[in-house]
Amino acid sequence: MGALTHLLASLLGDTVARIALGVVFIMGFLTFNVLFLIWLERKVAGHIQRRLGPMEVGPHGALQTLADMLKLLSKELFTPVAADRYTYLLAPILVFLPTLCVASLIPVGPAVAFADMPYGLIVIAALSGLTVIAIFMAGWSSNNKYAVLGGLRSVAQVVAYEIPVLLAALSVVLIAQSLNLRQIVEGQSFPYILVEPLAAVVFFIGITAETNRAPFDIPEAESELVGGFHTEYSGMRFAMFFFAEYTNMLVLGALGATLFLGGWKGPLLPGWLWIILKAYGVILLMMWARWTFPRLRFDQLMSFAWKLLIPLALGNLVVTALVLGFAG
Amino acid sequence: MPKPPPSTEPLDTYTLNMGPQHPSTHGVLRMRLTLRGEQIVIAEPVIGYSHRAHEKMAENRTYAQFLPNTSRQDYLSGMIYNFAWVEAVEKMAAIAVPDRALVARVILAEFNRIASHLLWIGAFLMDLGAPTPFLYCWDDREAILFLLESVTGSRLTYCTGRFGGLSRDLDDDFPRRAREVVAKLKARWDEYERLIEENVIFRNRAIGVGILTRDQCLSYGVTGPTLRGSGVPYDVRKAEPYGAYERFEFDVPTRPEGDVLARYMVRVLEMQQSVRIIEQALDQLPAGPILNPDSIGVKKRLKLPVGTQYYAVESARGHYGILLVSEGGPEPYRAKFRTPSYPNLAVLGEVMPGNFVADAVAVLGSVDLVMPEVDR
Repeated sequence: MGALTHLLASLLGDTVARIALGVVFIMGFLTFNVLFLIWLERKVAGHIQRRLGPMEVGPHGALQTLADMLKLLSKELFTPVAADRYTYLLAPILVFLPTLCVASLIPVGPAVAFADMPYGLIVIAALSGLTVIAIFMAGWSSNNKYAVLGGLRSVAQVVAYEIPVLLAALSVVLIAQSLNLRQIVEGQSFPYILVEPLAAVVFFIGITAETNRAPFDIPEAESELVGGFHTEYSGMRFAMFFFAEYTNMLVLGALGATLFLGGWKGPLLPGWLWIILKAYGVILLMMWARWTFPRLRFDQLMSFAWKLLIPLALGNLVVTALVLGFAG
Repeated sequence: MPKPPPSTEPLDTYTLNMGPQHPSTHGVLRMRLTLRGEQIVIAEPVIGYSHRAHEKMAENRTYAQFLPNTSRQDYLSGMIYNFAWVEAVEKMAAIAVPDRALVARVILAEFNRIASHLLWIGAFLMDLGAPTPFLYCWDDREAILFLLESVTGSRLTYCTGRFGGLSRDLDDDFPRRAREVVAKLKARWDEYERLIEENVIFRNRAIGVGILTRDQCLSYGVTGPTLRGSGVPYDVRKAEPYGAYERFEFDVPTRPEGDVLARYMVRVLEMQQSVRIIEQALDQLPAGPILNPDSIGVKKRLKLPVGTQYYAVESARGHYGILLVSEGGPEPYRAKFRTPSYPNLAVLGEVMPGNFVADAVAVLGSVDLVMPEVDR
């Protein structure tokens, strides 16, 4: 890794090489991780449910996701006759992009972030809200009532849950006195979760909802809306949504680790490993919740966000500001 | 492409066909939902997708030949339906049944009832979006199925009843294995309580949702746990005891609320009562023959005396009745099955309007429908 860091540092001077390298590296890294995450999810689910999960393909089913991908690749790409064709085809591609951009902003070491922006957090907030547009495009263009319902739910949900996530992140910004993610991590002599536990909890709930994970998976609630916004998608197009969900989980998990768990900082192990481990910790927590709780109803989900999470996050922000104002 | 004719639907509502291929309509029910946004304005169950004409088939078969059909009406508590047919014919033909067979039937039927309720809990929680209890329940149900398989040879569509007894005797080891299963189940009630009933999200989804009033239930002829969840203590096993049920002590759990949680709780309590019955029955299991040696057995040409008879049992879903009309021939002149799921489904049209789509799924799940039983 030392050599790679060195190589990166020497290349970072050249903008084009830097962008190309960043895109390739991030794409490769995310794809590999998503393959692993899907396997992990199935294993975690299996063990929570007192079964083994995938066991057949490869040791402990490690190659199961690859086999599934091959299967999905061989499936027919079905486009409904009544679909809004271009929107329909564009949605599974677009759903990926914002997450990829967010991934490039997350620092994995003191000197390693592909895009080290002074206002990184604001860019992330702007980008992560874009995923929902792709989801709504998918729901709308499929020309299927279940898909439309799923898309509508998704918009309402993301709009509602972006706010507590941002408010929670803002209380960290207040302490770190910076919107730059690298500086936020460097400011953490100890993880901010210790000073801002409430914000961390709100943030965690918020990103669970933003990634459409159970118990907030109402946009694709299969027992109500069949497949939700991706009802009409088949083969690799469906897989793209599936991949996007896990990429999103990983990136937002890493963001959570950056804001609250001290990012790359940690003893003994190298920084890039620490942030991955921390992101996986957050993700495991999300998986645990998914396989334990029933799904909320749509109106309950909304009132939970507006009546509980947002006041909590707002109150926490005000208290943080007051304490900082009087103390410093 | 020719232009479609202008829609006559009002502009603020739209129709959503839920089913017949939908993950939570449990088989082939179709709900025609008229929605305003996500709110239900009209809910109309459309049935008939798995009609197999069991009643007509009964008219064209001898009484014994119809036996395998019985458990295919309700594949989740097939044992109870199988025994109901056997008992109805026995009663009409005045065939004596040995004591051991009567008690064994109670044991098997109650195990089947628990298996059915366990499956329901799992499937219902799955409808609410919690996939994990499903596998827990499936695990417990598997123990029961394994036990029943060792007696009957089948796992789902049992056909072990014979006129005058059972096709096979319970082996000597059966009580021990049955007690093991019972012990396993008893150890689980706590776990279910902590996993499901105490879960805030579950309670929010279940309390006050899909309220069925007592009067609605009575006017539609709703029976079973759905009725008892609305506060009416009607259970055929108590109201008109059949078989050996009179010998055992058990309660009929009821809940006054009539909502989804009440129906859930009634089923959970009912499983505990079933366990109680099984334990008593295992203690009292008499020795002796399992099949009346004088009975006709499964002889092909059993003829019933001329007449009409109604025989009812409590299935896992409610009051299951068999109306047999015999003209003295080897086949019934008419066999009418009063299946509990049919009225239980019909009443939903009254409950659903005003609820959300998500609630429709919860309410639909909470009445425990088996579609082949509705259609027959």
